[in-house]
Amino acid sequence: MSAMTLSVVLIVLLALAVVSIRWLAALDERNPIGRFGTPLLFGVWVLVFWQLLVDGFDVPRVLLPAPSVIGHSLLVSLPVLAGDFTQTVLHSALIGLVAGCALGFVVGVLIDRSPFLQRGLLPLAALASAVPLIGIAPIMVMWFGFDWHSKAAVVVIMTFFPMLVNTLAGLAESGHMERDLMRSYGASTWRTLWSLRIPVALPFIFNALKINSTLAMIGAIVAEFFGSPVSGLGFRISTEAARLNMGLVWAAILVAALAGSVLYGVLGWLERRATFWHPSIRSGG
Amino acid sequence: MAVSTEGKSLWWRFGPVITIVAVVLVLWYATAIGLNSAQVIERTLSSQPGWSALDLARLTLSMDRPVLPAPHQIALDLVDSVFGWPLASPRNLLYHAAVTSSATLLGFVMGTLLGAVLAVVIVHSRTLERSIFPWIIASQTVPVLAIAPIVIVILGSFGLTGLFPKAIISMYLCFFPVAVALVKGLRSPGVMELELLHTYAASASHTFWKLRVPASLPFLFPSLRVGIAAGLVGAIVGELPTGAQAGLGARLLTGSYYGNTVQIWSALVMSALLGLVLTGAVAVAERALTPGGRK
Repeated sequence: MSAMTLSVVLIVLLALAVVSIRWLAALDERNPIGRFGTPLLFGVWVLVFWQLLVDGFDVPRVLLPAPSVIGHSLLVSLPVLAGDFTQTVLHSALIGLVAGCALGFVVGVLIDRSPFLQRGLLPLAALASAVPLIGIAPIMVMWFGFDWHSKAAVVVIMTFFPMLVNTLAGLAESGHMERDLMRSYGASTWRTLWSLRIPVALPFIFNALKINSTLAMIGAIVAEFFGSPVSGLGFRISTEAARLNMGLVWAAILVAALAGSVLYGVLGWLERRATFWHPSIRSGG
Repeated sequence: MAVSTEGKSLWWRFGPVITIVAVVLVLWYATAIGLNSAQVIERTLSSQPGWSALDLARLTLSMDRPVLPAPHQIALDLVDSVFGWPLASPRNLLYHAAVTSSATLLGFVMGTLLGAVLAVVIVHSRTLERSIFPWIIASQTVPVLAIAPIVIVILGSFGLTGLFPKAIISMYLCFFPVAVALVKGLRSPGVMELELLHTYAASASHTFWKLRVPASLPFLFPSLRVGIAAGLVGAIVGELPTGAQAGLGARLLTGSYYGNTVQIWSALVMSALLGLVLTGAVAVAERALTPGGRK
């Protein structure tokens, strides 16, 4: 294709893209086609231009492979990437996420009744949020070896504090009226906790879960930069980038991105099911 | 609380934290002795029959490459590396902290600008809001740091190395909290305020600068604190895949290559201190710039 025809095609397509996106965006807020279609269409147009520009200007594959190249690598290396997915997502990230969140939640419930421990731990949790906890990764790799255990340990440390802080904030959320009502029923502390305070705390807990799902993926992938067995998404990304095999690097990133989004989406779905009574969910948000 | 004496309220303020820190330190020493004892017994004590528990404790807390260094070893290494070498020497941790923080700050500035531009665009265009905003949110469920090696390879092929690629990674981590908070903040003025400015015949740019921007500041600063902490993580991780020569991430990496645990821990403590300094600086700016102070 000559430069002339290419630029004409690009301009026409650009106009088409702008018009079609504007048209979808102008649809009603409640129309699902407008709500989900607009970002989807935007993404499709980005892919189209990406492919055209990379092909048209002969961008070296090392710099930016075309979507078709990435798709091809994805299909060809599917078994390899499936192994990486199991290692990084199912083992390191998920096990670490569950353990870290469970630990944060249990500690939150336990120290909820002790203002002394709360005043001692909350400043440390605030401190931990300013600190790059990911740096603990090389130490964990030394202690727990190259396999997923060390990555899960990093994830546990990263996810513990957000869960602790949110659990405490959530447990403090139930009002005096409700607590007094529970007392007038003769409910025990545990019964009050179970039937009133934990349900009220759920929006906070889900908030922490969603923050932590992102942190878990980051922790699991970055910890692999410090040493890992011969599988894992972080390992794949760093070794293939060093070999300039960018198609596979982008395919691995795509897998990581999809895994992160699905994890986040599942948590969002669970949140809507579990906290259906909350105003932010009821109003359809 | 009002009747409590000065000393009591001081204890109430700092006592719990001091207690927890003290407990952590004691546990740390106990764990250090526990984790290091196997090596000490195998390497040294097995050849000297009749060693006491005191010998064990002394040796476990002064190993060269312990599994877990004792807090005082880390503190000594930190002090030695900060004061024992000239500032420009690669053995000085402050030099590495300066390398990392310059990348963080550059990335923070670029990320804040990018986030601000995105937020202004999103607030003013419904089309862009609907098409871009979901992707901005989706971009954060993606493990952003996974792209670090790519950014470094791509920019490296353009001859850009050192500071700039790391700053790009920091930027990627910084822009999101800023963009989301600014969208919220710029939209926070109510109908009342907007209509008041309308009755003043204020232009769109006046409304933006006199109403929307000041109203967004309380939303902006907490996100800046999150952003700069995330940017520091980005800069540190950006130093990993290239085998960078300088920076706290490089110190972590060389420490882990050579099994030099004390070096890892002191780099870790230094990056924690850097994180505190950076977020503290943002908090100071917040106090100075937000009328009426922080809530």
